[in-house]
Amino acid sequence: MSSGTILSGAEIVIKALRDQGVDTIFGYPGGAVLPIYDALFKQNQIKHILVRHEQAAVHAAEGYARSSGKVGVVLVTSGPGATNAVTGLVDALMDSIPIVCLTGQVPTHLIGNDAFQECDTTGITRPATKHNYLVKDVNNLARTLHEAFYVAKNGRPGPVVIDIPKDVQFADGVYRTPGESQPKSYRPQVKPDLNKVEEAVEMLANAKRPIFYVGGGVINAGPVASQLLTQLVRMTGYPCTTTLMGLGAYPAHDQQWLGMLGMHGTYEANLAMHGCDLMICVGARFDDRVTGKVSEFSPGSKKIHIDIDPSNINKNVRVDLPIVGDAAYVLEDMIRIWKARNKRADQAALKSWWDQIAVWRSKDCLKYEKTDKVIKPQYALERLRAAVAGRDDVFISTEVGQHQMWAAQFLPFNKPNRWLTSGGLGTMGYGLPAAIGAQIANPGALCIDVAGEASIQMNIQEMSTALQYRLPVKVFILNNQWMGMVRQWQELLHGSRYSESYSEALPDFVKLADAFGGVGLRATKVSEVDDVIAEMIATPRAVIVDMCVDQKENCFPMIPGGKAHNEMLLGPADKVAEATPEEGMVLV
Amino acid sequence: MTQDTTIRRHTISVLVDNEPGVLARVIGLFSGRGYNIESLTVAEIDASDNLSRITVVTSGTPMIIEQIKVQLDRLVPVHKVKDLTLEGPFIEREMALVKVVANGEKRVESLRIGDVFKARVVDATINSFVFELTGTADDLDRFIDLMQQLGEVDISRTGAAALSRGTSTL
Repeated sequence: MSSGTILSGAEIVIKALRDQGVDTIFGYPGGAVLPIYDALFKQNQIKHILVRHEQAAVHAAEGYARSSGKVGVVLVTSGPGATNAVTGLVDALMDSIPIVCLTGQVPTHLIGNDAFQECDTTGITRPATKHNYLVKDVNNLARTLHEAFYVAKNGRPGPVVIDIPKDVQFADGVYRTPGESQPKSYRPQVKPDLNKVEEAVEMLANAKRPIFYVGGGVINAGPVASQLLTQLVRMTGYPCTTTLMGLGAYPAHDQQWLGMLGMHGTYEANLAMHGCDLMICVGARFDDRVTGKVSEFSPGSKKIHIDIDPSNINKNVRVDLPIVGDAAYVLEDMIRIWKARNKRADQAALKSWWDQIAVWRSKDCLKYEKTDKVIKPQYALERLRAAVAGRDDVFISTEVGQHQMWAAQFLPFNKPNRWLTSGGLGTMGYGLPAAIGAQIANPGALCIDVAGEASIQMNIQEMSTALQYRLPVKVFILNNQWMGMVRQWQELLHGSRYSESYSEALPDFVKLADAFGGVGLRATKVSEVDDVIAEMIATPRAVIVDMCVDQKENCFPMIPGGKAHNEMLLGPADKVAEATPEEGMVLV
Repeated sequence: MTQDTTIRRHTISVLVDNEPGVLARVIGLFSGRGYNIESLTVAEIDASDNLSRITVVTSGTPMIIEQIKVQLDRLVPVHKVKDLTLEGPFIEREMALVKVVANGEKRVESLRIGDVFKARVVDATINSFVFELTGTADDLDRFIDLMQQLGEVDISRTGAAALSRGTSTL
């Protein structure tokens, strides 16, 4: 079939997806997408994964996209199908994940009449997406679909919605091939201004206390960007820290990596950010979880900001040298110019900088009380880390809360695309569907959702999806019977008044796994941890692990809201001395 | 680093695809990110290329204005964003229809002031006039302020249309 063929709208959708290289879509049928489901039924190239809730369809597509570098595709019906997908769309928007989401719509003649399962999908999803479309003419459908893929993956990636009325799915129209469809007005800049890169290299070579501050943009720029970053960091000998979204962009086992920075980042990373004289930000966006109190953020430094999205520059923090471009192109140019000009770091300055960092590192900020009386959540993760050491095929997703921060702190990410977490939106319920998406993109890999007992219940129904498709995903619940991060903030800011943060009436997770047809395992004693982890990994089916951990443990280190990087709390003992100011309390 | 916190008024010209929802995208951007809109006008300017021009008058610190421009520019249907206030001299005009309901000497006075401002009378009754006035926003403000002292007024304003002076085009 070539360009110009006449097909039904539903057939155009399938043909366009195939021409875009799509092999998997995540969805849930309904009245307004039945023609597309019928067209799916009549073909074998595209596999449809039936989720149990449309929010999970988007999260699964995110997990698929993030772990494979491809665009995630979602198909849902009109009305509630579309509104349920909104949380996933905003999640993908905040974390720059390329998603194309097809929504059914009531027939064009009924739009605006409050028809059954009608909602204003383009109106609702306008601020929830990078861009959206309502296709009213079947002859525009193919072009729009191809354009949506272009928009989703080019520039700063993001979710795109295409709303397709049911009559358009039935109507016959002309098919157009991908090459003919790029928006006239959307041409993101990927190659940097070389003068600025040269200037950056000079600043880099003259720095005394430099640090690389690396975000998810490097991961979005593809594995080559991570390799180039690693090369540049090693060439210079400078320290490197990554954001939550940037974990894996630089190998965690490397000595030049200071760990994650930010609210629950390491002491050495935050102090180095505070004390540096040159910050090279690559693909990060100076998020409030990273900067702490903006007015006291890294006060003595010059800042270089490399980002593909010009709107990230000077949004939160004013920088000295902005470079707009794709991280891979910019890093490649920086390496080339550094080499061509025979640049070398100031070794004396660098040594004293590393000496200073060594002092901060010696605080051992991630230390926790070792005990054999109760399973510490950090201990459980350390044992998980040991159990998967040396494996290259481990994908970790998380829900949101304390367990997420502990996973970020204690699990090592040496390669990009192995870490799937909801960073920007902070969506509880993200982890299980994301693990399902990752497992589908990486059959045979070990996909683990590190969860909390509260978060997991937000999309627990996806166990059914995992079982249907025989996906051996592992749900590793750090069960402390509390919405731990809520409780931690209540302790810190609200006089330990634990308003609604106790996980009352929890299900028996082992029986729950069994009910879904999976395998349930539980550890209540320190001595059981290793065996349970080994059995989880060895079980070739979906597993829920109920890791019954210390109920009182809190997540440290921590920069409380409204505080600067050099005002970290290192443990529970720090809490009393530090009163949190009013302006800090209103921050989230 | 010290930042310029002076709030200034900027007139920004935006070339967009004339398609459903484009105005909602622009307005949603301003409301969603808490930016200020003083006025906003939109109309098709090129039927063959299907383009519209949005002229938006906004105010903010230099950092906010910069954000507004880059945020506008990353909307998919936006072709070009031009800050007329920063990019050299420009002309800005607004049109108003102003109805004044007044009798006797006040009615005569409204006509005299209209004359001074070179406003056109586009409707008249025994007890009222409707003036059409084109000028800068300040001109219109002053005219309306005077008319309000003479009687009950009803006002419709178009918002600003603006173009750069000289040969440069969007």
